[in-house]
Amino acid sequence: MDAGDLTPELLGAAVWDDAMVAAAGIPVHDVPFVTVGGGMGSFVTADYLRIAGVPASDIRVLSNIDHPWQTYQYLTRVSQIPEPERIRSDSSSRPDNIWGFPSYALSEAWRDRTLRPLVHILGEPIFADYWTPQAGTVFASLRRESARIGYDAMLVKGVVRMVRRRAAGGYFTVLTPPAGSSATKRVVYRSRFVHLAVGYPGLRFLPDLQEFRTRHSDYEHVVNAYEPHEHVYEFLKTKPGTVLIRGGGIVSSRVLQRLIDDRERLGLQTQIVHVFRTFVTGAHGPHWWARRKGGDGFAYQGFNYPKSVWGGQLKARMRRLEGQERAKQYAEMGGTNTPKRRRWQKQLRQGRQGGWYRAMQGVAQKVWPDTDGTLVSLINGDNGTVEVRADYIIDCTGLEADIAEHRVLADLLEHGGAGRNPLGRLEVERHFEVKGTASGDGALYASGATTLGGYFPGVDTFLGLQIAAQEITDDLARRGFGRRIGPIRSTTQWVRWALGRPV
Amino acid sequence: MVPVLLGRIQTRIFLLAVVGSVITALITPVLPGGGPLADRYRTAFVVLGAVAVLGVAWELLYHLLMQFRWEKDWPSLFGLLTGVPEAVVLWLLLRAGAVPGVETAPPVAAFVLQFAAVWTAVWLAANGPMRVPFLRWRFRGGRLT
Repeated sequence: MDAGDLTPELLGAAVWDDAMVAAAGIPVHDVPFVTVGGGMGSFVTADYLRIAGVPASDIRVLSNIDHPWQTYQYLTRVSQIPEPERIRSDSSSRPDNIWGFPSYALSEAWRDRTLRPLVHILGEPIFADYWTPQAGTVFASLRRESARIGYDAMLVKGVVRMVRRRAAGGYFTVLTPPAGSSATKRVVYRSRFVHLAVGYPGLRFLPDLQEFRTRHSDYEHVVNAYEPHEHVYEFLKTKPGTVLIRGGGIVSSRVLQRLIDDRERLGLQTQIVHVFRTFVTGAHGPHWWARRKGGDGFAYQGFNYPKSVWGGQLKARMRRLEGQERAKQYAEMGGTNTPKRRRWQKQLRQGRQGGWYRAMQGVAQKVWPDTDGTLVSLINGDNGTVEVRADYIIDCTGLEADIAEHRVLADLLEHGGAGRNPLGRLEVERHFEVKGTASGDGALYASGATTLGGYFPGVDTFLGLQIAAQEITDDLARRGFGRRIGPIRSTTQWVRWALGRPV
Repeated sequence: MVPVLLGRIQTRIFLLAVVGSVITALITPVLPGGGPLADRYRTAFVVLGAVAVLGVAWELLYHLLMQFRWEKDWPSLFGLLTGVPEAVVLWLLLRAGAVPGVETAPPVAAFVLQFAAVWTAVWLAANGPMRVPFLRWRFRGGRLT
């Protein structure tokens, strides 16, 4: 084994000491705070800490991407949200601005010298759909804030392999730098605090679609909406075809919009069959005080969670729940849903009237190719078992892989003392410290999708990342790292933000 | 906004006390009506206090109505429009002499102008600027403590 690589001794030990790492010949860098991931979660947390007075030299972001919004930008693009389109996020949910003021709507009104966004937001959600920002605006604002807090100076490129506890307190984070950029295969960051924001562990396909792809080695006709699938839309421009859509969430709405926009714009003859596992026919919920709107198969909700998850009653209630009670509350407010946008309603209404959009309840048992190449899905549903033929199948169910699919999280579950919450993800405290991972005076935190199922539900959203970052920053301040942001600091820092001055 | 009950009440009292007082102090001298300025100030501040005190009961009602909303949110427009019934009820109480400290109701124009100015300023503050000094306020359902 080369010097500077992990040794069997290190791999087998849950707790390392400085001598073990030195013996392996791995170079060690000291920094108080390390955040792993480098996506939106790391960015928002670093932003909060910088505003709380932590110098950039005390923070290192270990990441394999160049910009925090890179993965988010990729996912929005492939799931049919080009930059001028509006994302599904509240106007005052701004990852580039911890105060959420001015909101995106106010900024847009100022930028374009128009009152239109403000009038719109005044009428929402009664007289207008929720106003949401354009994807491109979000990226531009992130770019600005990234420069303001000196993000690039904190970024260290590489792939994080594991985080292990240090005998004298704190943690060792093992990074594999890009080939050729380091004298050794690994480098270690020794820190008192570690923050994990590694995002979604990966995509998972519906079992029948996975089996089809594996058996027929066909990755072209059965696609996931979160992977590039532009070829589907290109094919439909060349000849009429049928697309089968699986899933009733926001991504299915986006894909439908793209298919129907193309149909309208280019005069295509695309046929759409939409299969819902749960077909919602109207308002639904356990009682009058918990009923969500629905219809035509969809469950309707403005954002990924009921709004009060980010600060109101649901946030307060969930914070007090443990175990099965918490899981039950998650189930009650959960379920696939999409916003009821006027444009989408109109498009689907036209589709139903024209007979080119058909929605049905069902679960696919099997998918196979017919002799002419058409895909046949055997669907078992309320109306019995039927065969549905299509040229393409787009999986919009957005299933996510288990957290243990992620190497760092798997290692943490095995060696780091971490456990799972009632939904099977990483169990964190109310202040987002990963339960069971404390090490001396150090602490290990996690935020984002990894922690779904905790005391705070909206983790995988812009505002959720900010709520986590606030809890983490406050906890760090209690431990003497950085300052608690009080009203005066908050106001002076906001003025700096508004003027575009560095923190 | 996504308030909890305590947050509604705290935010109302805080914003009326801070923003409401400033607006009342500025606007009272130019409001229609006669009499010594000290008396007009006295009446104006009692009216402001009544909005806060009655508001606790109003907030209980709004909280109840909010339970019928799946999102458990209170859209900005609701926050603005609820000023109308509140103003009407307060005016009727003033006319009936039911507000302690105000023997004769102020001129209707003075009342409407003061109420509208205070209500709009408080509503605007709650919909944005409040978040600047109070970073945790929006995540606590409007609670300040």
